[in-house]
Amino acid sequence: MNAPDLASAGRRNFLRSSALAGGGLVLGFYLNGTGNAAEQVAKPAAAPGAEFKPNAFIRIGRDGIVTLVSKQPEIGQGIKTSLPAVIAEELEVSWKDVRIVQGDLDPVYGRQSAGGSTSTPTNYEDFRRLGATAKAMLVEAAARAWKVPPGECHAADSAVHHRPSKRRLGYGQLVEAAAALPVPDAKSVQVKDPKDFKLLGKRIGGVDNHAVVTGQPLFGVDTRLPGMLYAVYEKSPVFGGKVRRANLEAIKALPGVKDAFVIDGTADLRGLLPGVAIVAESTWAAWSARKQLQVEWDEGRFADHSWAGFVAEAQRLGKQPGATTLRKDGDVNAALAGAARTVEAAYTYPFISHASIEPQNCTAWFKDGSLELWAPTQNPAAGQELVTATLGIPKDKILLHITRSGGGFGRRLSADYIVEAAAIAQRVAAPVKLTWTREDDLRHDHFRAAGFHFLRGGTDAKGRLIAWHNHFVTFANPVTRDGKTTLQPGSGGSLSGDEFPGRWVDNCLLEQSAIECGVPMGPWRAPGSNVFAWVFHSFIDELAHAAGRDPLEFRLEILGDKAIMPGTGERGTPYDVSRMRRVLLDVAEKSGWGKRKFPKGQGQGIAFHFSHRGYIAEVAEVTVARDGSLKLDRVVVSTDIGAQIVNLSGAENQVEGSIVDGLGTLMFPELNIERGRIVQGNFNEYPLIRIPDAPTRVEVHFVKTDYPVTGLGEPAFPPLAPAVCNAIFAAIGKRVRQLPLSRTDLRWS
Amino acid sequence: MSKYSLSINGHSRGVDVAPDTPLLWVLRDTLELAGTKFGCGAGHCGACTVHLNGVPTRACMTPVSTVGRKQVTTIEGLDSKGEHPLQRAWKELDVPQCGYCQAGQIMTAAALLKENPRPSDEEIDGAMAGNLCRCGTYLRIRKGIHRAAELAAADKKGRK
Repeated sequence: MNAPDLASAGRRNFLRSSALAGGGLVLGFYLNGTGNAAEQVAKPAAAPGAEFKPNAFIRIGRDGIVTLVSKQPEIGQGIKTSLPAVIAEELEVSWKDVRIVQGDLDPVYGRQSAGGSTSTPTNYEDFRRLGATAKAMLVEAAARAWKVPPGECHAADSAVHHRPSKRRLGYGQLVEAAAALPVPDAKSVQVKDPKDFKLLGKRIGGVDNHAVVTGQPLFGVDTRLPGMLYAVYEKSPVFGGKVRRANLEAIKALPGVKDAFVIDGTADLRGLLPGVAIVAESTWAAWSARKQLQVEWDEGRFADHSWAGFVAEAQRLGKQPGATTLRKDGDVNAALAGAARTVEAAYTYPFISHASIEPQNCTAWFKDGSLELWAPTQNPAAGQELVTATLGIPKDKILLHITRSGGGFGRRLSADYIVEAAAIAQRVAAPVKLTWTREDDLRHDHFRAAGFHFLRGGTDAKGRLIAWHNHFVTFANPVTRDGKTTLQPGSGGSLSGDEFPGRWVDNCLLEQSAIECGVPMGPWRAPGSNVFAWVFHSFIDELAHAAGRDPLEFRLEILGDKAIMPGTGERGTPYDVSRMRRVLLDVAEKSGWGKRKFPKGQGQGIAFHFSHRGYIAEVAEVTVARDGSLKLDRVVVSTDIGAQIVNLSGAENQVEGSIVDGLGTLMFPELNIERGRIVQGNFNEYPLIRIPDAPTRVEVHFVKTDYPVTGLGEPAFPPLAPAVCNAIFAAIGKRVRQLPLSRTDLRWS
Repeated sequence: MSKYSLSINGHSRGVDVAPDTPLLWVLRDTLELAGTKFGCGAGHCGACTVHLNGVPTRACMTPVSTVGRKQVTTIEGLDSKGEHPLQRAWKELDVPQCGYCQAGQIMTAAALLKENPRPSDEEIDGAMAGNLCRCGTYLRIRKGIHRAAELAAADKKGRK
């Protein structure tokens, strides 16, 4: 890799205010999320006329090679392929002529965060215009060269064509002329009619696939710099603990060890945690030395916390009214008292880790007051901000290179491992790579919040849902800002009063209470949704069966005939009921819902969920053997994610992956907490789904609608677990109310 | 520190490392072959799978002192042009998501296909159960192995 180029990084911002000062500059632009040409930013060109660079994302050389910048972090969601493909489509460039480079963290690219399945919806229309603008300039350049009206020319296959005279100029031949033209207003350019798309909607292979299958260095952990050292960082096994003392001198004397020191850190549970760093000549030297490390911890006030204690506390709270009321419609108690049938149930799920196979890591080089970082991150700006806030290195002295991530799942929206590497690098006169062990990674995650739902529901004499009461007991971390400490529920640990079926049931009471804990929590693929869908669609199924109703028909009746359910309250989002009905009916038809009789031990289950702008319904078919083992035989998925599938192969891969991940997360992972610390340390104690448990048949259907294009990294995940659990109930009559599935005895005779 | 002469992808490579250093870290840190991945350090995930004399082996659990004269093959050396049938099939079917585990998957699958040129789904599941994929690309891994088996059969036919 190149030596750090901090001087030029600093220059970029400087150039903003002197855009036209140097003759060799071309004016770039970035479109903000609303599609307005917003920020005018200048970038230096290689040399005048050597390339055409109409904006920060596109570079065309005289050889006709088109280089496109992927600004978003690639974590396996396929954005490094799909967003550049959007530019390529509108630019009318052959995909084989395209090279894609990963952009660093740079304001010129606008927001660079891969979370919440937002990369596609927030960039799709802008990226079309980026490509269309460049195409318009190339067409204009050719038209001028030929002295014909631009309207007589068209672009295709990396060239501009003039049909009447059968002339053609390749993009490489137009570089100089196009570079001399003013950049038109992005709003004025014409984008293509999607029916003319040649690339989008097709199966486009991942742009890094060759590098992946041949083992080329791509990931954060593959970063290598001249003279680089290797670090490990030992943190308190108890959340919130601090270092009292450590045998640093003994560690420093060990072979290959360059230095060992304590980092005080901060009290922020998701910030720079206190710990001991060991810096060595190799990863193995650092890890070997760590085996000799003895640290005395001040374990702090969470040292007596345990999962068993949390369960007892949740059960105590569940018997009381909730601390806060999220929604109150009608009179739940009166409705339940008058209901023909009532059901009461408690649902539970544990804390879980993200467990990306590439553990957290970051390479940092602190030199002359400037910091250069190489990080597998979903949210590079968060890394930069946390480093600035914690270590006082000014933002403009931090250059962050975004590497490919070996899995994200929300873990890498946090920046704890980045600030750790930076803090270590501040003490070391060389580039240093911090690599977490698997045990570090499982035990020092920002975990998916555990939760407890105490539910009551009722149906009337006609079997209609008339009452719904949920007391949600969640977890909260103490957060101190400006000297004031408040309790904040973890990501996904806070229920919206609008979460389905809130808004749909006349008598609805949603309450929430929180247990204080030191377990740091963070977003986990489809935060909240990844468990709420399981709880609510399982309980809806319980109510349907209690009332003797077909689970599909019962759900359609709850959804009702309204086209749109408006949002209520501050977090309210309008819910397009017509879109959900459509995918629900579609999945029922494609799966043959209710058409087949299953023998005991086999069954079908259905569920749907709206999250991350996607409307998704799923039907699962399972076999439960007499010994209780589960096989997911078939999954049918119907999705409405808008008007256009950007990359069909990528979209199918995301859905298949969500199904496998949804099943694995249902079946296996749970973390136990004893004496304030996570018990499990590696994959033998924290199993992930393996290939024999993966389903063989996953059928993915995309319902095309006229709505804006949206993302698919998350929304196919939430409906899977309830669909499977509802299928288990259909198969053997056992209801799964606790995750993971291994907690429920599924044997039958 | 001790000196070892290793045979890596057909080349002799000398290293001077601590005898208990796992082959994984010799490959990654010393020999700059980063294709073999660290995932768990305990043999549970398969991301570090290499071949020792053709046998799929967890490099994270193999001290360098035990390698001796065995031929080490890593993902970088599976095929000189990167065109092993599995590599071609993986690209054709767009198997990877994040891609981090795929070198290990391919190394395990390559050993399977050598033993069993036309494995069934069950045989694939049996052979591949030691390799975790957190993104859940298992359906495509199955398809990829079947496709690679076809490609390898076609190659063989072409050579005859």
